[in-house]
Amino acid sequence: MANESKAADNGAATDSEQYLTFMLAGEEYGVDILRVQEIKGWDKVTRIPRTPEYVLGVINLRGSVVPILDLRSRFGLDKIVFGPTTVIIVVKVAGRRGERTVGMVVDAVSDVYNVPVGASKPPPDVCGSIDTVFVKALATIADKLVILLDIDRLIDNSIIEEPLSGAAAA
Amino acid sequence: MTLDIEMAEIAKVFFQESREGLDAMESGLLSLGATADAESINTIFRAAHSIKGGAATFGFAEVAAFTHGVETLLDEMRNGIRPVTAEAIQTLLQACDCMRDMIAATEAEQPLDQTRIGLLNADIRQILGDPPEAVQAPAPVAPAAPAAPAAGWRIVFDPVPDLLRLRNEPTRMFHELALLGSLAACADVSRLPPLEALDPEVCYLKWDINLLGQIPRKKIEEIFDWVDPGCRLEIVALGEPVPATPAAAASPVLTIPTQSPAAAPAPAADTLRGAARADAVPKPAEAGSIRVATQKLDSIINLVGELLITQSMLSGFAEGTGPGEPDLLRKGLQQLARNTRELQESVMRIRMLPISFAFNRFPRLVHDLSRKLGKKVEIKLVGENTELDKTVLEKISDPLVHLVRNSLDHGLESPEQRVAAGKSDTGTLELAAFHEGGNIIIEVRDDGAGLNKPRILRKARERGLIAEDQDLTDEQIDNLIFMPGFSTAEQVSDVSGRGVGMDVVRRNIHDLGGAVQIMSREGQGSTVRIRLPLTLAILDGQLVRVGREIYIISLLAIVETIQVAADRVNTLAGRTEVFRLRNEFLPVVKLYEHFGIEPDSTSVAEGLLVVVEADGKRVGVLVDDLLSQQQVVIKSLESNFKPVLGIAGATILGDGKVALIIDVPDLIRSVASGRRTNSVRAA
Repeated sequence: MANESKAADNGAATDSEQYLTFMLAGEEYGVDILRVQEIKGWDKVTRIPRTPEYVLGVINLRGSVVPILDLRSRFGLDKIVFGPTTVIIVVKVAGRRGERTVGMVVDAVSDVYNVPVGASKPPPDVCGSIDTVFVKALATIADKLVILLDIDRLIDNSIIEEPLSGAAAA
Repeated sequence: MTLDIEMAEIAKVFFQESREGLDAMESGLLSLGATADAESINTIFRAAHSIKGGAATFGFAEVAAFTHGVETLLDEMRNGIRPVTAEAIQTLLQACDCMRDMIAATEAEQPLDQTRIGLLNADIRQILGDPPEAVQAPAPVAPAAPAAPAAGWRIVFDPVPDLLRLRNEPTRMFHELALLGSLAACADVSRLPPLEALDPEVCYLKWDINLLGQIPRKKIEEIFDWVDPGCRLEIVALGEPVPATPAAAASPVLTIPTQSPAAAPAPAADTLRGAARADAVPKPAEAGSIRVATQKLDSIINLVGELLITQSMLSGFAEGTGPGEPDLLRKGLQQLARNTRELQESVMRIRMLPISFAFNRFPRLVHDLSRKLGKKVEIKLVGENTELDKTVLEKISDPLVHLVRNSLDHGLESPEQRVAAGKSDTGTLELAAFHEGGNIIIEVRDDGAGLNKPRILRKARERGLIAEDQDLTDEQIDNLIFMPGFSTAEQVSDVSGRGVGMDVVRRNIHDLGGAVQIMSREGQGSTVRIRLPLTLAILDGQLVRVGREIYIISLLAIVETIQVAADRVNTLAGRTEVFRLRNEFLPVVKLYEHFGIEPDSTSVAEGLLVVVEADGKRVGVLVDDLLSQQQVVIKSLESNFKPVLGIAGATILGDGKVALIIDVPDLIRSVASGRRTNSVRAA
């Protein structure tokens, strides 16, 4: 359903959607490219106290204060030392409390794919390591499986959480 | 097309100027109460005249016509033909209100409240000794009386619920009525059920219609001829005593513009509209613009000029002159720093407005309220030119209204009581604003009875706000009134004592980063003192370091910073550490523990204690080091994230890094409530 509405947004120009994909612990994930504002190298953040572990902190993005989430930690994957390919994907998402700009730390940026409408399948109930509520669909591109994320939901759920309960959950 | 847009722009200026003119008229009228000199009447007259002229130019005929009546009355007063009576002033004040609403309605392109305009016009004409025709005309009393022409009719139409099913269409009837004369209809929506229970085929409305013009009664009756006899229909000539004036109706009343077919009363559609706007006339949208004195702009232009000179001097220095004297460079940089600071101050000053914008409504409020309460009150405004931030100004108005109402209702006594207490029968209410150490102080003072301390204490004990045996100083007792759930009003009046309490006032002021305090002397009056920051956008901050993290504490909250020897630190109940500062024991708040930071040292003796104060409570915040003091621009953490306990916001430091601003009141509250933190993560 989400696919159909998205395709309508893109208009008649294409009947496929573009996804930016990135790597996380050997798996490839995709986010709607229209949500992506920019990609920037990893830089030091200012930690925010009393937040879940996956909230790394905030950075100054041209004058606005933008929170940075660690997606590995958010999905409960093993921690790694941030290397030269580690990047922050800055996305603009619509949440329950309005629009937000948020950065996500991922292992590396991979590619931009056109995913034809209908080529993606709804996720099975169990989907690898991450909670299926954040998965919009699965797509097979060049014999690879790409997990397409419902980024609005993912970010919204990650941020709106009780200030004190998050640490234990993460 | 362009002309239209230009006209709209100019009209906007007219609306703004008219409001200013009305403010001037109002304050002039209020001062007339005391002295009726020709000059003040002249001022009022001139304001009215400008509004009339402007309204006529822009084609707002109704505003112009109404203002003309007001102007005529003022003109006669000015020439001494008409005496300046309290009654006339009251009518003129009401006319001001009406004009303000008319202008708001015109601006919002909403229909005008014809009933009210008609009534006020009649009042004015009566004062002018030129009674409106409605009063003169032999008004037919009995329904059977022959239809004599009247100036207008008031029609109350209360149809049966089946009206629509019986194929009667009120819209059409109103259209027919509108053809006879100028029509204003008020729909009474009080019988409307909630939307889910609404049956679109049932007529829930009843109407109160004013029809102006020389119309024979028969014509009106003809229109309603076809309506079911079960409907209640009253047709009364205007000017006759009517059962209840529309204005007095307590039920939600909705004005429907019958002139325009689009807004014709289709019952279901109007349900929604009625719910959407309860007020007949919508408030004019809060102006997103700000009027800036030319002087302020000029000073900014001057400063930018200076900045450019400094910049060219510095760049010239960098380009050619080689090693040069470092002194010159230092001097240039100093100048740059000064220019930047001055420019910042000037730009911030644009947002500053004199507090008279908030104060000016009070003479009227006090005038109306004291009449209602039967008290004699004189209002004094002091320091109206004190400037403060526009946002603060907008948000402080409501708490001030509440405080003034409270003073009038509970503080000041009736004339008899005052005389009995040996005071003059007229009470004084003083509103004062002034600067004090980087803050704005606003005081609301009255010379009334003061707070009744025994009653406050009794009430606080009754409500369990304080323990039975708790000893309190006078000041502490007075400030109990700011506790939630506290109201000593023996009876709820419609002025105060219900709904919002003083705790709401205090919370509003706290939200602005300010504080409020009350001082009172039995029999001599009380003073409420509000302390507010000059601006909300910028904060004077002290940078502190804990481990490798930097936080900012507002300088306003900091009392002092000290180093404490180990022997002055005690542990209470095995966990809370306190230290002695002169004669006081203050708890230690360990920031590293609170925020889960790895500090240089966990020992109180090795760090520094920043003593901070909020809500009259003090604590010592343990930090590793003090860094510089600087002005920081407050950025919201919520816009992209969410509010975080203990953090008031964020800012960007000189090196581009984000630093968090500590929410001192929250930190102190967390100590008071014994809230422990997620310090686990630090370990």
